[in-house]
Amino acid sequence: MSFLTISHLKKSFGATTVVHDFNLDIEKGEFVSFLGPSGCGKTTVLRMVAGFETPTSGKISIGGQDVVNLKPNQRNIGMVFQAYALFPNMTVAQNVAFGLKVAKKPQAEIDATVQEMLSLIKLDHLGDRYPYQLSGGQQQRVALARALATKPQVLLLDEPLSALDAKIRVSLREEIRAIQRKLGITTIFVTHDQEEALSISDRIVVMYEGKAEQVGAPFEIYNQPSSRFVASFVGTLNTFDATVRDAAAGIIAIDGKDVMIGQKITNHKTGDKISLAVRPEAVSLGEATDKRETTLDGKINSVHFLGSVIRIRASLGENIVSFDTFNNPSAPPPSPGENVKVSLAAKDMLLLGQ
Amino acid sequence: MKTNRFWSWIALAFGILYFVVPLIGTLEFSLRMRRGVYSLDAYWVILSDPRFQATFGYSIVMALVTIVVGIVLVVPTAYWVRLRLPSWRPFLEFITLLPLVIPAIVVVFGYIRLYNTSSFLPLTGSAMGTNILLVFGYTMLALPYMYRAVDTGLGAIDIRTMTEAAESLGASRIKIMWSVILPNVLVAVLSGAFLTFAIVIGEFTMAALLNRPAFGPFLQLIGANRAYEPAALAVISFAITWVCMGLIQVVTRLNKSLAATKR
Repeated sequence: MSFLTISHLKKSFGATTVVHDFNLDIEKGEFVSFLGPSGCGKTTVLRMVAGFETPTSGKISIGGQDVVNLKPNQRNIGMVFQAYALFPNMTVAQNVAFGLKVAKKPQAEIDATVQEMLSLIKLDHLGDRYPYQLSGGQQQRVALARALATKPQVLLLDEPLSALDAKIRVSLREEIRAIQRKLGITTIFVTHDQEEALSISDRIVVMYEGKAEQVGAPFEIYNQPSSRFVASFVGTLNTFDATVRDAAAGIIAIDGKDVMIGQKITNHKTGDKISLAVRPEAVSLGEATDKRETTLDGKINSVHFLGSVIRIRASLGENIVSFDTFNNPSAPPPSPGENVKVSLAAKDMLLLGQ
Repeated sequence: MKTNRFWSWIALAFGILYFVVPLIGTLEFSLRMRRGVYSLDAYWVILSDPRFQATFGYSIVMALVTIVVGIVLVVPTAYWVRLRLPSWRPFLEFITLLPLVIPAIVVVFGYIRLYNTSSFLPLTGSAMGTNILLVFGYTMLALPYMYRAVDTGLGAIDIRTMTEAAESLGASRIKIMWSVILPNVLVAVLSGAFLTFAIVIGEFTMAALLNRPAFGPFLQLIGANRAYEPAALAVISFAITWVCMGLIQVVTRLNKSLAATKR
């Protein structure tokens, strides 16, 4: 049985339903990310787990106990907020000790735990500082230490990195993951940043319009998106309009040229118009060198030099494709307007659901 | 540009004269009790008057009790409305503004009718009961100032997230109010408290009509029967009010510099 179970969860605000029949099982010690655009309901689900919102219907159980009717302060859940939410009137050490004092732990235990938590976040020398004397990244680490100090059964992270600059975001997400692994704490991480979710999660729940569109490991979510939304939201995606030429043999026509996609087309019949998607890494400049690739004629629209990589946009007939190529100092990039050959790895093409 | 500045200076000078000349006149008159020389005799007479000490002490105690009642009433209410019932804020603002438009004499007559000795709650039947009634009256008079000060203070912090953070750490509502919210709006509460203090110290109508030995009625009594002492008393009253205003300025600046450091 799963450690945290969310079943048939629904939340409505007046006539608007923001979460529809949401189901999820999370194992103990698992790191699960809720990924989706603003307004998709990911934070609402998290807030219902925390107890800040009451579900319209459905069940949430943690460690086998139904928690829907428990107040937030009875759930033993640690939460980290986007806005840090440190108490400005307390020092770093007092912030970390707050939950322990509320739980009426002995002073010696409080002191030891505060020290342990501050060491964990590598801020043991800043215990006497006030929140306003810390950087954003430091404040968020203190917020994490405060949430972990009470040894919660579940850790909830509500876009904890959104207010930080890019460099700190990357280092802190790795730190969060390392701490989570070390403590083995079951964690739900809410983010709208796909790179964050892909890089640190055991599993990702991609959410759209209040529903879980797909639940899976990052590799699976990226490489086998189950819907057009997941495919377009996670990673960069080129979409093609094509016509089915032979459904059984998996042959389609892009811009009049036959392409083998390496799989049977089951939901469409010959002559149907379909949409295909291909990741930028399955597209390259030049003639195909592998027989499983297809070469198409293209015209360069734009070239953006980004240092180690060059981002190219090219027209393949009616379709526009975007892809990256490594910088080669001895071979200058193509110029806009130039006619080129573009090869597609047909086996990596995704047939999009409607 | 220069012409504009000239008229600005004229307007400022006129304003200063308008406010300062009567004060200087009052101060000068309060020092002339002894014929031919300036002295502090009038102040000495006032300060050594046992009635001054009794009424001033009474009003200080009433002011402190009013401040406590005001804080207990306003801080949780303003907090709860901001947290859970934001749509009620305009209604609450309207309610808290009513004491500015309803004269104190109307309110106190209402109190006397409602809480007289033959009513269901005969508060005016005893000194303690009347004191309680007076504190509630003062709390109501100070409500516009206390509520606005506290509400502004609450608006400056993210009370929702802080409340949720404290709740997730296991804190009860009372613990959150006492350990998280109140310390973070303390400067605002102090501003409201000083304003309340200044209002209560000089209040006449309610104390006089409820027949309580407060500083306001004493001011009126001295003013009606003596020459130099009322002027000295007026200067003392002004000084008390100014000290309160000065303290508000001090705590506000302290808060602003703290906020600047936080940024």
